[in-house]
Amino acid sequence: MHVVVDLTKCEGYAQCAFLAPEAFRMVGDEALMFDPAPPDELREKVLRAAAACPVQALQVDVADLPAPPPVETMAAAKGEPLRREGRIVIVGASLAGLKAAERLRAEGFTGSLTMIGDEPDEPYDRPPLSKQVQLGWAHSADTALPRRREIDADWKRGVAATALDLERNVVSLADGQEVGFDRLLISTGVRARPWPVPQEAALDGVFTIRTQADAAVLRERLMNKPNRVLIIGSGFTGSEMASVCVDLGIPVTVAEAGPAPLVGALGGVIGRISAGIMREHGVDLRTNTRLNSLRGEDGRLRRAQLSDGTTIDVDVAVVALGGIRNVEWLEGSGLAVGVWGVACDAGCRAFDANGLVTDNVFVAGDVARQPQPMFGYQFLSMEHWGNAVTQAEVAAHNMISSGSDRWPHLEVSAFWSLQFGHNIKSVGVPPMADQIAITQGSVESRHFVAAYGYKGRVVGAVSWNQGKWLGFYQQLIEQAAPFPPPYDMIDPPPDRTPVPAEFPEIARPGRDATVVVTGHDPSERRATLVRTARRH
Amino acid sequence: MTEPSLYDQILDFANRADPWPLYEKLRSQPVWQEADGTFVVSTFREIYALQHDPRLSSDLTNLLPEFAAKLPPAQGPGGAPPSFLVSDPPRHDTLRRVAMRQFGPPHRPDLIDKMAPALKAIVTGLIDNLADKQGADLVDDVAYPFPVAVICHLLGVPPEDEPRFSAWVDPIVNALARPTPEQLQARTDARQHMSNYLFELAQRRRAEPGEDMISGYLTDDGPDGRLEGGDLFSTLMLLLVAGHETTVNLITNGWLTLQRHPEVLQRLRTEPGFSIRLVEELLRYEPSVHILPFRTAVADIAIGDTTIRKGHPIAVMLASGNRDPEQFPHPDRFDPDRTDTVHLSFATGIHYCLGAPLARLEAQFALTQLAKRLRNPRVLADPPPYRPSPVLRGPIHLPIAFDEVCPA
Repeated sequence: MHVVVDLTKCEGYAQCAFLAPEAFRMVGDEALMFDPAPPDELREKVLRAAAACPVQALQVDVADLPAPPPVETMAAAKGEPLRREGRIVIVGASLAGLKAAERLRAEGFTGSLTMIGDEPDEPYDRPPLSKQVQLGWAHSADTALPRRREIDADWKRGVAATALDLERNVVSLADGQEVGFDRLLISTGVRARPWPVPQEAALDGVFTIRTQADAAVLRERLMNKPNRVLIIGSGFTGSEMASVCVDLGIPVTVAEAGPAPLVGALGGVIGRISAGIMREHGVDLRTNTRLNSLRGEDGRLRRAQLSDGTTIDVDVAVVALGGIRNVEWLEGSGLAVGVWGVACDAGCRAFDANGLVTDNVFVAGDVARQPQPMFGYQFLSMEHWGNAVTQAEVAAHNMISSGSDRWPHLEVSAFWSLQFGHNIKSVGVPPMADQIAITQGSVESRHFVAAYGYKGRVVGAVSWNQGKWLGFYQQLIEQAAPFPPPYDMIDPPPDRTPVPAEFPEIARPGRDATVVVTGHDPSERRATLVRTARRH
Repeated sequence: MTEPSLYDQILDFANRADPWPLYEKLRSQPVWQEADGTFVVSTFREIYALQHDPRLSSDLTNLLPEFAAKLPPAQGPGGAPPSFLVSDPPRHDTLRRVAMRQFGPPHRPDLIDKMAPALKAIVTGLIDNLADKQGADLVDDVAYPFPVAVICHLLGVPPEDEPRFSAWVDPIVNALARPTPEQLQARTDARQHMSNYLFELAQRRRAEPGEDMISGYLTDDGPDGRLEGGDLFSTLMLLLVAGHETTVNLITNGWLTLQRHPEVLQRLRTEPGFSIRLVEELLRYEPSVHILPFRTAVADIAIGDTTIRKGHPIAVMLASGNRDPEQFPHPDRFDPDRTDTVHLSFATGIHYCLGAPLARLEAQFALTQLAKRLRNPRVLADPPPYRPSPVLRGPIHLPIAFDEVCPA
């Protein structure tokens, strides 16, 4: 059976770990790891765990549980022709694509549905690839997402979309096929950014980690007990991989160009805490250090030269430098597409390059850049699991709804990470912030919550092994509550004076940009009118 | 004389059998302020938010003195500190981690799961005892002895001591909401007796440690240290009392509900796995813990048009939240096919019931076995007589009759 836990929702109550300990495991106080494909003999226990989850974050296949009831909406009652016999194409068959498809059917869409994905496998869950899979807890091929509904789709797997023609409303595929649509959802996501020197990236032993295939080869190599692993970059993926190496007893060096791990996502104050934890666990963390080059012998990685002047012997390097949005296939389509993703309105409708909103092209997931109403309608991409789910659901709803029945996507962004036994969760948009204040707990005990503020209001929060409080901070963010929060709370920290949050400028690309919709780099102050064939 | 407030009426024993219409009235306003200064919170969303609100305190020393004076003292016998149930972080978190270390994940992840066969055997044995009878008291014969046997086994309390500690539990439970001075005195006495008993028991376990949780607390040094002195006492008392008092009600309320819904009882007999979702709906529909009677706020908390004032007592009406129509369509309908069963019966947030997994398994096993083995069961008194407590609500006895006990 297939299992996924929405760890954005999970508050670490451990009911699943109690009731089905073979399939769910607590790490530290509140972080959860799960087997995405527990064997059939555990079915009853897993169903018991699913029923017991206090936040209903645990999902199994529809075959194992009654399907959630159909979703009643105003639009569904009207039964427009599109809803009955329209053609919908979803390009990008991962989490967002699957969730959108399920939502379309849940809302009563009975037309044709085509799912196009360049990977050969059915939609799978990526977070376990850098955790459970590397620890040998789950097999890389077994992270398929549970199916919550029958979606009755025409699947085109292992074939990439290569072009979008908005004149004819057709998607072209790598194998020469063309697929016409009435509504299109773009959910092509992000791919791993490779090491930029191709000959070095091609060395045997140099890996990225984004796909099931990536995870499988990396796991195999880690099982062979390399003498030392080099992690390039210490964002969440890099930090999680460093943690995995420690758990596996493999010496590990982390090269981080910035002053500390996680600085881009959580700022320097939290980054220093993370750095301390890494070093306590024996990670050779080199901050303010770049990788100069990777060196091999007979095509195999042997050494790495770092900007601190040292050379280290390594047999495995994990490139964790973030992602590249999969938008190349949209070049020339006339949509507002660029390195930051595909711009769309609050209802997930794509903009064209002139800033006009389309009616039939929608965007969801990591590739979408959406105005954030809580942050001055800045266009931001949220590469988070929960965002992919909620955005896909709003996009799907809006695709088959008209006018006033459409919804905005207002979800406050949230993410989690699990490293070195610590559960790190966050809500809001911390990189927006200029200040941070510890509001509960103590940093020393590694149980605390910190709030982020921008111009005197709360814009984000991070919890370190204190995830049950985050819902409260989410409310503060939604209400634009004053920062620092002005009232007493239980478990007060020794000092809750705000300090600078220490984000690098690059983490806040859109703050003062003049050009946000077109797809140009927001740091560019220019706009170009794009004349396409459509403008007669 | 003034009309008693809704909260007074809920606390009034006369309304114990059917408090639901009172809860419905209560929900017309998410927060009520009682004449005595207590704030009563009764709607799902507000309860949920409040239990995740770091301004809400479980530590009674945060009450203003005029309120604290009317309550049981926070200190236990011999000045023992309060249990983690009535503490805030960081003390709460540390004590709870230490308590959890002997009970569940991550340190003993499969303790409860491994007990499943023993749980089934215990309940089977209790039902076997009814074999040549046509009637029973569901409370005395099954719903009480089952969880007691389980918690004794887990903690390492000799089962033959049950008559001793059972006499001390009622005065403790009965003093949970708005106690009279006499009830407070009885509670203090009972806690003293229980303290002496647990101290003596701990001495025995220390001399001769076993696999049980008490032995674990006495011998195992985790990263948070060892449970010692007053903390050991308050934790053990909490586990011993909460470890069975609530499950008795869950099983008894559950059986009564099943008898009132024969079609559901029939499904339980025939549908494998049905007890899993059934028990979740039972927890929502007829929970054991109705009220968290004493919380307080460390800062003012605005809820809608009302502001809960710092230092005032707060009564959190969990059972009322479970029947809030804003959260559950047709909340008074008992519907085990509901898919959204996020209920409040084990609370939510950091004080989520430590023993919830055990309670779930106990109720699932007990109700399934009863349904399968009792032929033509009937409840002889509906409503049955209730226990005094409005906080832990359930029948004190549930006389039943049946034609035959089928073999296991």
